[in-house]
Amino acid sequence: MTKINLSRRGFIKVTGLAGSGLVLGFHWAGCTPVRPAEAAKVVLEPNAYIKILSDGMVTLMSPVPEIGQGIKTAIPMIIAEELDVSWDNVIIEQAPLAPDLYVRQSAGGSQAVRQLWTTVRTAGAAGRRMLMEAAAREWKVPVAELTTSEGIINHGKSGNSIGYGDIASKANDIEVPEEVTLKDPGNFKIIGTSKKNVDVRDIVEGKPLFGMDMKKEGTVIAMITHPPAFGMKPKSVDDSAARAIPGIKDVFTITVFPEDIETRWSGNNAFPELVVVTGESTWNVMKAKKALKIEWETVTPGENTEDHMKQMESQISGKMTAPDRIDGDPKAAFRKAVKVIERTYSAPFLPHNTMEPMNFYAHVTGDKIELEGPTQTPQRLRDITAQIMGIPEENITVNILRAGGGFGRRLYGHYGVEAAVISKRINAPVHLIYTREDDMTQGTYRPDYRVRYKAGIDANNNLVALTVSGTGTNGGPVASNRFPAGALDHYAAKNYSLKSNISTGAWRAPRSNFIAGAEQSFLDEVAEACGKNPMDFRLELLERAKNDPVGEKNDYDPDRFIALLNLIKEKCEWGNKVEGVHRGISAYYCHNSYIAQVIDIEMKDNKPVIKKAWCAVDCGIVINLDGAKNQVEGGIMDGIGHALYGNITFKDGVVDQKNFDTYRLIRHGEGPEAVETYFIDNDIDPTGLGEPALPPVAGALANALYRATGKRLYHQPYILELEGREINLG
Amino acid sequence: MASISLKVNGKVYQIEAEDDIPLLWALRDHVGLVGTKYGCGIAQCGSCTVLVGGVATRSCMMPAKSLGEAEIITIEGLAENGGKALQDAWVEHDTPQCGYCQAGQIISAAGLLKSNPNPTDEEIDTAMRGNICRCGSYVRIKAAIKTAIKKGGVVA
Repeated sequence: MTKINLSRRGFIKVTGLAGSGLVLGFHWAGCTPVRPAEAAKVVLEPNAYIKILSDGMVTLMSPVPEIGQGIKTAIPMIIAEELDVSWDNVIIEQAPLAPDLYVRQSAGGSQAVRQLWTTVRTAGAAGRRMLMEAAAREWKVPVAELTTSEGIINHGKSGNSIGYGDIASKANDIEVPEEVTLKDPGNFKIIGTSKKNVDVRDIVEGKPLFGMDMKKEGTVIAMITHPPAFGMKPKSVDDSAARAIPGIKDVFTITVFPEDIETRWSGNNAFPELVVVTGESTWNVMKAKKALKIEWETVTPGENTEDHMKQMESQISGKMTAPDRIDGDPKAAFRKAVKVIERTYSAPFLPHNTMEPMNFYAHVTGDKIELEGPTQTPQRLRDITAQIMGIPEENITVNILRAGGGFGRRLYGHYGVEAAVISKRINAPVHLIYTREDDMTQGTYRPDYRVRYKAGIDANNNLVALTVSGTGTNGGPVASNRFPAGALDHYAAKNYSLKSNISTGAWRAPRSNFIAGAEQSFLDEVAEACGKNPMDFRLELLERAKNDPVGEKNDYDPDRFIALLNLIKEKCEWGNKVEGVHRGISAYYCHNSYIAQVIDIEMKDNKPVIKKAWCAVDCGIVINLDGAKNQVEGGIMDGIGHALYGNITFKDGVVDQKNFDTYRLIRHGEGPEAVETYFIDNDIDPTGLGEPALPPVAGALANALYRATGKRLYHQPYILELEGREINLG
Repeated sequence: MASISLKVNGKVYQIEAEDDIPLLWALRDHVGLVGTKYGCGIAQCGSCTVLVGGVATRSCMMPAKSLGEAEIITIEGLAENGGKALQDAWVEHDTPQCGYCQAGQIISAAGLLKSNPNPTDEEIDTAMRGNICRCGSYVRIKAAIKTAIKKGGVVA
């Protein structure tokens, strides 16, 4: 049991309940079909996360943006657990941005569950304690004699019992407790079970949930046109044809981000100057946008994919100086090595391609702004909007809507700021919508990467030295303190960075989304050169890191890694060869979680077919079991798809792929037919799962494809290498 | 501008819109049914799929005025038009992640089951290939389709 001191957590009881509104239109957690017609009243708000209703129902606030990671279900499950209410009696409400009431209202880095874990457990436990104190006072018994079960307080000695909804009105003057006791994980009843996505019924019935679906009275549709190439800006606009289209209100150019603005996150758009069309309906505005004749001018030169690859190749080809980490003497070790293997891996830029394109609603009235839409970082959006518009932060509201995908793209809320600038300009509420082409060619891409690994093997077939140098646009991918660092006497790692006018951003599991696949492919090839089974080879290295670690900064726990590999080994019956099935293994640690994956491939008509994926996960305590599995399945499909097909290329700063006719995403029938996911059962505080299942799968895939086809793959998208169409840098 | 008549989910709507407005934007901006989603605008992603005369159709490139008397079923009307088993199966498998593409996925599945009540795995893949799910929920979508078939499929 954990005791938590609340005074340090700044919990405040929400007061001013008198006359608080009726609760309508929320989503039922347990998918209970019908809500009673007469809406119950909120009778107690022990803190900002909980509302107790007179009928015993409980409204739980979900503070974090939902982008498909299942957080709108997971966080309330944690609160409900400690509050001790039945999941069937829970109503979930998405909280708007309220930094004074909630911690970290952000979806990024797979950190929401990890960083809210103690806070929201405490919120639930505090609510439960206050209700118990009210009941104890009512019955004149010590609170220690009370127990709770699914929203009912019981006093065993007297046989008294009362529901939360009935006692709540008598708890309004109960102070927030100074200390609460959290449940022992062994007593969890909700955490670790499977609860359905709280919005699933609304989703399958097509209810308006997304930013794209919101219709507000008087809203003007706005679209932007950004330059066709990175490094360009608009010079002149001939809008006569556009204005002639019925329903078009205005055409103008805006500069959203002045040069001196902070250029990270929501203040970041490679195209600060945009041509805007506004009008009455989406189709009219789309047509007018196409009718614009814009002359562009070059500010900085446009770049080409092949030049990028050559520049990156030259960065990692030189002698490694000033490494980020060095253990032992790799140079001497390579000289003594019997075998040296050197391999280069690369991957292209990738767009996020959320299915719901960037869009946001903004309404500027005087010194107030109303913002609403899909964002992963509502607070950053608010703060940068305040800065750009010269309006105090407290005058800006941000309503967070369910996002049609995130993958890191909506960490960058420039489109929300743009909507606000347009709203002010036309003095009307605006819904800014990016077309798919605007979205795919805007940048904020996963950087292109290139990395070189070198391994030295001694006469006893042991890996004795390894070096890695990597680079990428706006930052390299190498994580110098991750495995296999710590398992090798001689090791060095170095990151370089390539400057570019192509904008890059966080894309599901930044850096790891590339380096994991490269590293795990390389280790597979090294294992083979050592004449070792790839599973045993990894386990040997991890045993070394466990028993006699090199260096002190290793940022992984070898014990957890070993347990993980042993779990997948057992579940997939590793070593039990099945005729015609070709297997690849991969394991990686990132975002505080450990993932091991095995991919099974069969050859059909001389072509590899991905049959099955196995996954072992150690993310500590699992909150929503089936939701967690869903994230793993999605991460695997996503990782396979992008490793095989994802490719953004450039010619003179112009993106070649503008829509799904030329940009290939994985489709039905192209991924594994089945995914089996297993979790390590432990009581470690939970860590994230939105990202970590993606990175290693590229390695498992490449390793399985090698066994199936005899061809090692080094350069993504793998489909080009498989078909012999890769770019030759020679 | 044109006056266009559309029969959507059993109800006739008379809208005033551009001559060339695609069904997608007629539904979303004029009829007021936003369950059908914009994803690419070039019939490549399937988010905008509706049933036209029982056939899964990409509404983003289908001119609204070409439809005449044709029966259009959108996700909002699917339950009343034989598709409830599919929606229930989607819930049972907790299929969606972000959820944005799922209306199109369900409608494509409904179109498939209307013409082929007992498809093979390959037939499911072929029929669904036009629908992208960026979250990668394909395994669950297929499982949900199979569950729906077991529970009665799509009532034509």
